[in-house]
Amino acid sequence: MANYTMHMLVCSGTGCKSAESDLITANLEKYVAEANMTDEVQVLKTGCFGFCEKGPVVKILPDNTFYVQVTPDDAEEIVNEHIIKGRKVERLLFVDPKTEKMVSDSKKMDFYKKQLRIALRNCGLIDPDNIDEYIARDGYHALGMALTEMTPQDVIKVVKDSGLRGRGGGGFPTGLKWEIASKNDADQKYVVCNADEGDPGAFMDRSILEGDPHSVVEAMAICGYSMGATIGKVYIRAEYPLAIKRLEKAIEDAREYGLLGKDIMGTGFDFDIELTFGAGAFVCGEETALIHSMEGERGEPTTKPPFPAESGYWGKPTNVNNVETFANVPVILLKGADWFSSIGSEKSKGTKVFALAGKINNVGLIEVPMGTTLREVIYDIGGGIKDGKKFKAVQTGGPSGGCLTVDDLDTPIDYENLIAKGSMMGSGGMIVMDEDDCMPAVAKFYLEFTEEESCGKCTPCRVGTKRLSELLELITDGKGKMEHLDELKRLSRVIKDTALCGLGQTAPNPVLSTMEAFWDEYIAHIKDGRCPAGQCTNLLQYIISEAKCVGCTACVRVCPTNAITGTVKKPHVIDQAKCIKCGACYDKCKFEAISKQ
Amino acid sequence: MSDIKVVIDNKEVLVPSGSTILDATKKAGVHVPTLCHLDLHDTKMVNQAASCRVCVVEVDGRRNLAPSCATPATNGMVVRTNSMRVLEARKTVLELLISDHPKDCLSCAKAGECELQDLAERCGLRQIGITGDAQSTYKKDITRSLIRDMDKCIMCRRCETMCNTVQEVGALSGINRGFNAVISPAFELPMGETVCTHCGQCVAVCPTGALTENDATWEVVQALADPEKVVVVQTAPAVRVAIGEEFGREPGSIVTGQMVTALRQLGFDHVFDTDFAADLTILEEGTELLGRLEAFLGGDAKALPILTSCCPAWVNFIESQFPELIDIPSTAKSPQQMFGAIAKTYFAEKLNIPREKMVVVSVMPCLAKKYEATRKEFSVDGNPDIDIVISTRELGQLIKHANIELTALEETEFDNPLGMSTGAGVIFGTTGGVIEAAVRTAYEVYTKKPLPKIDFEELRGFEGVRVAAVDVDGLMLNIGIAHGLGNARALLTEVRDGNPRNLHAIEVMACPGGCIGGAGQPYHHGNSDIIKKRQAAIYQIDKDMPIRKSHENPAITEIYEAYLGKPMGELSHKLLHTHYHIKDKV
Repeated sequence: MANYTMHMLVCSGTGCKSAESDLITANLEKYVAEANMTDEVQVLKTGCFGFCEKGPVVKILPDNTFYVQVTPDDAEEIVNEHIIKGRKVERLLFVDPKTEKMVSDSKKMDFYKKQLRIALRNCGLIDPDNIDEYIARDGYHALGMALTEMTPQDVIKVVKDSGLRGRGGGGFPTGLKWEIASKNDADQKYVVCNADEGDPGAFMDRSILEGDPHSVVEAMAICGYSMGATIGKVYIRAEYPLAIKRLEKAIEDAREYGLLGKDIMGTGFDFDIELTFGAGAFVCGEETALIHSMEGERGEPTTKPPFPAESGYWGKPTNVNNVETFANVPVILLKGADWFSSIGSEKSKGTKVFALAGKINNVGLIEVPMGTTLREVIYDIGGGIKDGKKFKAVQTGGPSGGCLTVDDLDTPIDYENLIAKGSMMGSGGMIVMDEDDCMPAVAKFYLEFTEEESCGKCTPCRVGTKRLSELLELITDGKGKMEHLDELKRLSRVIKDTALCGLGQTAPNPVLSTMEAFWDEYIAHIKDGRCPAGQCTNLLQYIISEAKCVGCTACVRVCPTNAITGTVKKPHVIDQAKCIKCGACYDKCKFEAISKQ
Repeated sequence: MSDIKVVIDNKEVLVPSGSTILDATKKAGVHVPTLCHLDLHDTKMVNQAASCRVCVVEVDGRRNLAPSCATPATNGMVVRTNSMRVLEARKTVLELLISDHPKDCLSCAKAGECELQDLAERCGLRQIGITGDAQSTYKKDITRSLIRDMDKCIMCRRCETMCNTVQEVGALSGINRGFNAVISPAFELPMGETVCTHCGQCVAVCPTGALTENDATWEVVQALADPEKVVVVQTAPAVRVAIGEEFGREPGSIVTGQMVTALRQLGFDHVFDTDFAADLTILEEGTELLGRLEAFLGGDAKALPILTSCCPAWVNFIESQFPELIDIPSTAKSPQQMFGAIAKTYFAEKLNIPREKMVVVSVMPCLAKKYEATRKEFSVDGNPDIDIVISTRELGQLIKHANIELTALEETEFDNPLGMSTGAGVIFGTTGGVIEAAVRTAYEVYTKKPLPKIDFEELRGFEGVRVAAVDVDGLMLNIGIAHGLGNARALLTEVRDGNPRNLHAIEVMACPGGCIGGAGQPYHHGNSDIIKKRQAAIYQIDKDMPIRKSHENPAITEIYEAYLGKPMGELSHKLLHTHYHIKDKV
């Protein structure tokens, strides 16, 4: 009989798995077995720790030793040193980029100190494939409580009182949504989990499903009970194979334990869950489009009303919540509405998971109380900007969010504040930009995404986003005119006001917010023919300084278009007509004689 | 339902609960422009895609503008349809649409009938203040009936709603995404290789030039100019009650005599009437009905029901959608094809010319007739029975080209012998008409008694599916009628699944309203009253005819005596009957 005194937790989220974390696990198991310590040391595959920047991660309990960027070859040393000899493997410990000191205990890492993990409570802690581990963490207790001690109205009241709002972007009060669906009578109702995480930078829903699938299964059953639905559907993108596998296993195990299916816990309540796979269209995260896609129709939105709560999947009352929203529910029931509503800001309760990406030191997944400031997120948790560069902006809420600037760093993050700043909560993506990022080019980048992901149904989105990106292309190519700025504004205003669904209504955000905060950059592109960040190649010129050039000819040899000419040991010249701005000469020059202008 | 109070541009109106904002604006006498929206309630065609965003209005308390066509009005709602915000949005949306629309209006088949063009004019658009110039382009697709030029598609989705929801054919749907989104058959197959029935109802509702008929007017001009050819024309019943609209006449105007004069002035050598062939159809189909009825009464349960076979889109539909019922339709050819077969045999022999020397032109309210004429079984050694098919609209064009003012013409009569017809022939143009004509003849032939009352009111109307029992001197015949292919599907499914209502004879017309609502008719632009007025005109013509039963048509009697022998006889069978082919769905 095993009596573990030590646990080795190995991240087996998609990111770390692709860096061979499965092999790390296998090697750890092998060396633990060789040391005859299988009864004392447990090697465990868990969900994502969130610290993806430094994956694969291996965490050792009870002392919270946090090993980063572990390779399969490191397994032997970890077992021999840490497990057998009790000495930490220092070269694998995390080094704080600010203090340049090693931090061993994950609880002392800045990355984790300011986090409050509710939705991610079990990620990186339990084996997602083992239902018993979930149960050991009070799993399915909330469902049991709901079914045996609470009426459906009681459940709705708790969720309403908690102040939980939709984490998929809209921020609609979850309890109210459940209540509306519960009041619409029908012979069949549906609970739908929106796992169509379309924002390319965000992966919290995937991480939850990979790291703690039972929390979603349990919450869906609770929701089904509250609104009178017996069928749950998870709409999940097929490009999330690991999440699908773990969710399928969770559903199967829950059925076996009598936690799904007929007569759950002998209470007479029936509920079961099926999966529907999406093909990865961004717009299918919009709930009406999602429902049409589930029905086998083209994934495109329809006008609301009718809302899904009245007429959703196959015309029946349907409640759609996203993964992160569901993951909050069991804890809310267990700890109470007061506990949850004590966290967060006035109108935004609880926590929010953000996917930190871009020019930030600690790329990864974090969960913080609503109302945390951007500064805390970027500098404390995120470890600041990469390579000591200057922070310029952060784009929140996915491709159609707006850009926030230095002036907004002390803004508490919640639904209202982000909208007031011309951005939105959206999926919780946060892309950090530094001084090297050109804001008109950033706007163009996002517009190209929304233009491509528009379903093409309504005019403003189908044609309007195309026109916006064409205008931005002109500006970043140095062909912009001042009247284009008026046109950008007018188009953005009308698209926001007339587009059919959230995708189109928010698509102009990156344009409007960058124009608002970085107007000078637009002007510089148009009036001066200059890209201040030095990113727009059409506006760039590589110039050789006559004073600095020694005529070594290194640049001549790397130039792919023979644009550089000159005599040996004499200053060279770049023919701008031939130059394709590849930057090869700039990189090659040892004398800093070539400058970007 | 109780009424609700809505304020439209400061004017208070009461509308029934469930009304849209657009309904309320109409009540208030405010004309909000629409584009994608199309409401043909009578035919269950309501396009509420809310995709164009032209009809947006400002609603107090709402964050963004609301599409008035698809937003339910609520009690106390305050709406502004003409604020600066609305005007800017509407103008910008229109500019966006036009920025991605070809500017070849001068040579567009839809010029003058284009709803986008009308809207631009109404909104006073003088320039497109949108810089981007990318155009969404898509390959042109030409079938025997229609042309799909998707560069002109504005994604209103009317065709898709028509094809899928009303006709239930399912040949069209949205494909691709974003700027490249377009309406297309599955797998981007050419329309001609799909389940498309050629009914053309997509063309009838398309607001722009994205879907138009495959125009054959120039072929007609060339044939008329060829001195070697004898050019014969036939006009379908529904044409005479609609062609006047092309010349500014009120819908439902009967212009038969003027149309005949115009055709003569165009240079047709013989101006004949499809109504004659309709009478012939009744003799053949009626005889087949009686034969099958006899077998049915004799115990052969499978001998009935019989389905009418006049409508080529309907024939296409059953061939691809109901292969298991392929033996049920009457084998009688459609009137168009009966006419062609007779013209190129009986009449060509009368003129003593070879069939190759004769050009038979059909003027049809229909686009599927263009396809039907090209079916292999309707030709002899590669020479088709019908050479050219033009629609009512195309005839209008031809007449205009020839500088003829239709409404100013004197009325003249069709030529003989293939121009003589009865009231039974003309009612082929409306839903319920074919079966009524058949019953008039079947009754008298079966009972050998005169009809007590010629008008079978129980078979008339506009309901999508109608079932009535007709008393044939004590024998109750259960008649089913469907117009619109979706309704036909419902009725056919019923027949396939055991025929619980014990239907004996079924008439189907593919187009809503029957041929009067055909896809070749002048555009109705969403006003289904126009179709109803044409229907009234058809019944008026019937009422005014001296002879109203097909078997009493003297020209029909003569052709059987002099040429065909008897209905369903050997020569009739060869010339006037056909067979059907099961078609793959893709």
